[in-house]
Amino acid sequence: MTTPNDPTVSDLVCARCDVPLEMGKVNASYLGQVFPVDLPRCPSCGFVYVSEELAYGRMLNVEQALEDK
Amino acid sequence: MDSKKVKQWEALCIEEQPPACTAACPLHVDARAMVEKIAAGDFSAAFAIYARIVPFPAIIGHICDHPCEGVCRREEAGGAVRIGLIERALVEASYPTLKRTAQQARRAKRVAIVGAGLSGLTAAYDLLMKGHQVTVFEADAHPLERLHHDYADDLPPSAIAADLGMLQRLGVDIRCRSRVVAGAGPLGLDTLIGDHDAVLLALGPGPALAFSPTVRLTDNGRIDIDPFSRATSHPKVFGGGFHSEQGERYSPIGSVHDGRRAAASIDRFLQGASLTAQRQDDGAGGTCLFVNTAAHPPVPPVEPLDRRAGYSEAEAVEEARRCFPCHCLECVKACPFLAHYKTYPRRAVREIYNNDSIVMGNRKSNRMIDSCALCGLCDAVCPTDLAMGDVCLEARRSMVERGHMPISHHEFALNDMAHARSARFALARHQPGFAASSVLFFPGCQLPASSPDQVVRLYRHLCASIEGGVGLMLDCCGAPAHWAGRQQFHEEIAAELRSTWKAMGQPTIVTACSSCLKTLGQSLPDIPVHSVWPLLSELGWQIEASPAASLPLAIHDPCSGRHAKGVQRAVRELAAAVGAEVRELSGAELTTCCGYGGLAQFANPVVADKIVDQRIGESEDDYLTYCAMCRDNFARRGKRAVHLLDLLLPPIDGSDPAARPDPGFSRRRENRTRLKMALLKDLWDEDMTDPLPQSNVVIPDEVRAQMERKLILAEDVIAVITNAESSGQKLKDRASDHFIATGRAGNVTTWVEYELADGVPIVRRAYCHRMEVEAKP
Repeated sequence: MTTPNDPTVSDLVCARCDVPLEMGKVNASYLGQVFPVDLPRCPSCGFVYVSEELAYGRMLNVEQALEDK
Repeated sequence: MDSKKVKQWEALCIEEQPPACTAACPLHVDARAMVEKIAAGDFSAAFAIYARIVPFPAIIGHICDHPCEGVCRREEAGGAVRIGLIERALVEASYPTLKRTAQQARRAKRVAIVGAGLSGLTAAYDLLMKGHQVTVFEADAHPLERLHHDYADDLPPSAIAADLGMLQRLGVDIRCRSRVVAGAGPLGLDTLIGDHDAVLLALGPGPALAFSPTVRLTDNGRIDIDPFSRATSHPKVFGGGFHSEQGERYSPIGSVHDGRRAAASIDRFLQGASLTAQRQDDGAGGTCLFVNTAAHPPVPPVEPLDRRAGYSEAEAVEEARRCFPCHCLECVKACPFLAHYKTYPRRAVREIYNNDSIVMGNRKSNRMIDSCALCGLCDAVCPTDLAMGDVCLEARRSMVERGHMPISHHEFALNDMAHARSARFALARHQPGFAASSVLFFPGCQLPASSPDQVVRLYRHLCASIEGGVGLMLDCCGAPAHWAGRQQFHEEIAAELRSTWKAMGQPTIVTACSSCLKTLGQSLPDIPVHSVWPLLSELGWQIEASPAASLPLAIHDPCSGRHAKGVQRAVRELAAAVGAEVRELSGAELTTCCGYGGLAQFANPVVADKIVDQRIGESEDDYLTYCAMCRDNFARRGKRAVHLLDLLLPPIDGSDPAARPDPGFSRRRENRTRLKMALLKDLWDEDMTDPLPQSNVVIPDEVRAQMERKLILAEDVIAVITNAESSGQKLKDRASDHFIATGRAGNVTTWVEYELADGVPIVRRAYCHRMEVEAKP
């Protein structure tokens, strides 16, 4: 895959709520399994941000590990 | 998976059969591995392989009668590898590294061996290594007396001394000038039997009448020895040596094997085990390992500079490099999928079966199973016709049925199939002005997605050339469901196709796709399905010289048409009729996949690219094919390629069809829908009720190419942006002023980074994942 060119999280603001993202508790789920993780999210509306690096890195690894269980 | 079937598949693969040299050696020295190590300059590893099997490396290294050379397959390409001379150089270079330590037997037994020839001393060595106490009785003044006389020219006394020294360090007790006689007395056979747990009579040639009271003799006065177990009529006495081999040529390596076999029996006897159960030391034999010797140019053997001294180390290395080495691996050489996984069918079949059988734990081979293109090339090159595609498809079916195969491997392709089967493409109509069809044109789903314009022109040509009405059926044959191992789904699709065909009056189906021809032929065997190319060839083609045929074209037959000889012939006739100089690549029988087959390019794009790249590398010529996916995959990987229709129906705008880029999956969908809209409008004067969504989103080419690699559709990206712009739910990157939005369609979450230039969204990046994320309340 391409090298992700993700923005710096501190530069991201929720456009609707006009507030910067903050790290917060998020539930990640796949194939019936739920994992609590910390991810950047809008403190107001809860919009969760997933970077490309995360999507094709750790997240993909977990997806594939669960698929092969 | 059916374990019986799996065993049959495994048994078909001959790669694990021994090479001829190993099979012909009574001791089964792994000469191939040893010579490979020497070729790599690793003498100590080579010597370890040799000395692990050969009891007396110094002696045998000089005088082995090397039956291996007589069967060496290099003989067919310049001359047999001189394994004997290589061994001699190896032993001379590496003997000082020899280290041997006997096992500690829990209860050491006492064994008497009569005769200190190669056979007797080999038995002594093997039993010493097992931890037994061994006493050897020899009538002559020295052990190995025969070798001193018969091999004086080849065998330096120092070599004999070295190996005997080694044997002595293991603790052997050799008593020379000790002729064993019959009956009682200090050297009487009966006394030996009484004082020892077992006795081996490793005698030389000639009758042994004196021992008759103790052991049964044969009619010619030799001890009656069972040829397999070396047992005699006395349970504690075993026989060996040259004694029983009367009249045969003496073979040093044969003598060693003889002693080894007797020692194995004695060890079994001492442990109270059966002498025959599960014994595999069957001595010299043949092999069914296939070796493509024709693939190796002849190279003559290396002649030693000094014949008497034999090979120098450098000469031994050079000669060792003449070893192929012998392997079959015909399929692995042809198939980038097997090569990628560094495996061969026998091992792969076992791995696939194990993966299928796992109850708890990780199924590590899921992706491997889904990476086979099911193209049938392995089957075509295999000396025993083993088809890995059958194995992989069976495994897919078994795992899909039990819900064990991840849908992620094939979901994109199955969605593409669903698109082709939806109202956005599917259609079945009689020719305008006809109430019935004599034939039903079924172009497939990928040709219309790649070249919609040519499909319209081809359909018009068929309508003009065939009487009785040419119906049109736009649909997918269900090949993706078949390839994905979704058997039930595939059967449902076949049933739907059948009912459409019935509703059209059961005409003969004519398809422009090799995969449709094969898939429909298998799933609907009672329905007449033909390829369009022989039909066109029969009808004749009007234009004389096609502009795309100005250069020679190398022909690539689609893998699904590997055995469709009539189609292959017709395609070549049509190409020739429009002036193309067609050159063969591998020939149709040995054609390859383009990576799309078996949905390999979705489950494993790396393997699929290796498959197509290997094919591309076969010729500098532009490629000619008659499968839209083959053409587009060649184009995607940078190879100039034309479809047969580019020759028959050259682009109206005069563009170079070989330079046409791969449309990609997003445009394929658009093309299908545009084709249906155009046909409905032009032929039936109807407007399509579900037109393509209008959008002002700009996707630059390089972003589109990245999206293709990530299997992200333009329509999903547009939907994410449209939703973000209407709902306002998006992130803003203050550094770049780009927006980031997301949306979930089916099982996939798509993220899009875009900017707004005067209100027009320009996509900068897209990515996706399957996991769902949700903020905790």
